[in-house]
Amino acid sequence: MKGPGRMLQLILESILKKPSTVSYPKFKEAPLKSLRGAIAFIPENCIGCKICMKDCPAGAIIITKIGEKVFQAEIDLSKCIYCAQCVDSCPKKALEYTTQFELAALDKNKLKVTTSGKLQTTTQNETPKSE
Amino acid sequence: MPKKVRIPVGPQHPALKEPVSFSLELSGERILEATIRLGYNHRGIEKACEERSYIQDLYLLERICGICSHSHSTCFVQAVEEIAKLEVPKRGLYIRTLIAELERVHSHLLWLGVAGHEIGFDTLLMFTWNDREIVMDLLAETTGNRVNYGINSIGGVRRDITDEQIKKIMKAMDTLEERTKYYIKIATEETTIIQRLSGVGVLSHDDAVKLGAVGPTARASSVDRDVRRDDPYAAYGEIKFKVITDNHNDVYGRTIVRVLELMESYNIIRQLLQNIPAGPIAVKAPRKIPAGEALSRYEAPRGEDVHYVKSNGTENPERVKVRAPTLANIQAVAHMLKDRYLADMPIIIAAIDPCFSCTDRAITVKDLGQKSEGLMQWGDLRKYSIEWYKGKGIDFSNLKKI
Repeated sequence: MKGPGRMLQLILESILKKPSTVSYPKFKEAPLKSLRGAIAFIPENCIGCKICMKDCPAGAIIITKIGEKVFQAEIDLSKCIYCAQCVDSCPKKALEYTTQFELAALDKNKLKVTTSGKLQTTTQNETPKSE
Repeated sequence: MPKKVRIPVGPQHPALKEPVSFSLELSGERILEATIRLGYNHRGIEKACEERSYIQDLYLLERICGICSHSHSTCFVQAVEEIAKLEVPKRGLYIRTLIAELERVHSHLLWLGVAGHEIGFDTLLMFTWNDREIVMDLLAETTGNRVNYGINSIGGVRRDITDEQIKKIMKAMDTLEERTKYYIKIATEETTIIQRLSGVGVLSHDDAVKLGAVGPTARASSVDRDVRRDDPYAAYGEIKFKVITDNHNDVYGRTIVRVLELMESYNIIRQLLQNIPAGPIAVKAPRKIPAGEALSRYEAPRGEDVHYVKSNGTENPERVKVRAPTLANIQAVAHMLKDRYLADMPIIIAAIDPCFSCTDRAITVKDLGQKSEGLMQWGDLRKYSIEWYKGKGIDFSNLKKI
């Protein structure tokens, strides 16, 4: 087909096609399993070698000793570039990446996620909610 | 004879996507001379690299450019691997090459859309960017991110590719090939495109060689030059492909080169996936890289990318030098703009696929009053800056001497 005829075919195709986007936040597409999202800290595995701190390109992770063999990690999500190098660098698998990507917050302090070991009571700041 | 007028375009201008300054001397609508001034996007990345470890530099250099991020990180990694004498496993090299070609596909599709937009053909922009999403999704699935893939590590790659992903990429290549055939048809048959782009931004073969143009810009002026073939890196030595050249010498030729290169990229990706060997994907790299220096070349989607790395046996490199492809092509732009109409300026600039923030590496300080150029030693520069600030009422002279 030539000229307007070819256009007509395209128009019909486009009318019948569903939109490529979804109406977020009403509908959410599941994130890809391979997505490098927020970093999670598993305090039980940490030995406090601080290699993750040394390798982090953004200086987003701070490990502090809070007790005998108990460590606390403070991950600054506003600094984190989500490269997950810390996960690769960790010799004891104390860090892992999650597929969590809805990390926006109005308060900058909420972007600092602190996870500590068992000696201390529970976490100081929760991971920001996705709303 | 109309009066000569000099007008500035940029650093902030609707026709430009990035800050760069063009000073155009016009006679009526015709450009007599164009002067380019870079340096508005200088981020000091090379200096920052010297202060960080090799692992951190990998992610920093990846962020030189959002579109050819894999190009910069691979180019750097190749240089470091050469210094450290690391032998990357075959599978690692194949995955690296695969991501490189997927990146080329997405970059060329992006360019095609931008070029369409610059000449007022926004339908092409919508079409190509829709198809580009297919590649972006593949990149997100194989590497974990749409841009800044973070797939490279010193000594190999960080993520393996599964059989399922291979099947998916193969299938996507068929869809993309069909779409690209349609774009080739548009580029070669659609009269409006041919009329608009022919004879615009002419760069003859001799000028391309003289001005040191690289990549599709040079290949459209029939300069048969491609690092992938001339100096094979990664897995390109084992892959058969054609280097596309064209003799139109203008923006139309650059369009033809890019759409035909897309077809070659699909061909390369298929060959890579069919012949991908089994085995490990990376070797362990030492933290301290032995002293030495290396120069690495890489054919980025925009042209030849060059990284120079000098190590001194510590965890941090002593010097990292980046030459992005736009720096090689930018002088050709000034030449191409000569004797063209002002309205052709956006497409001529867009035709080299410029990335000015990649290019801004160093600035030359010129003293306009004395009309002289000279090198300033560190001590002189320090003295000069203290004096300069004194003039502003700030005294730094008591600070500790470095």
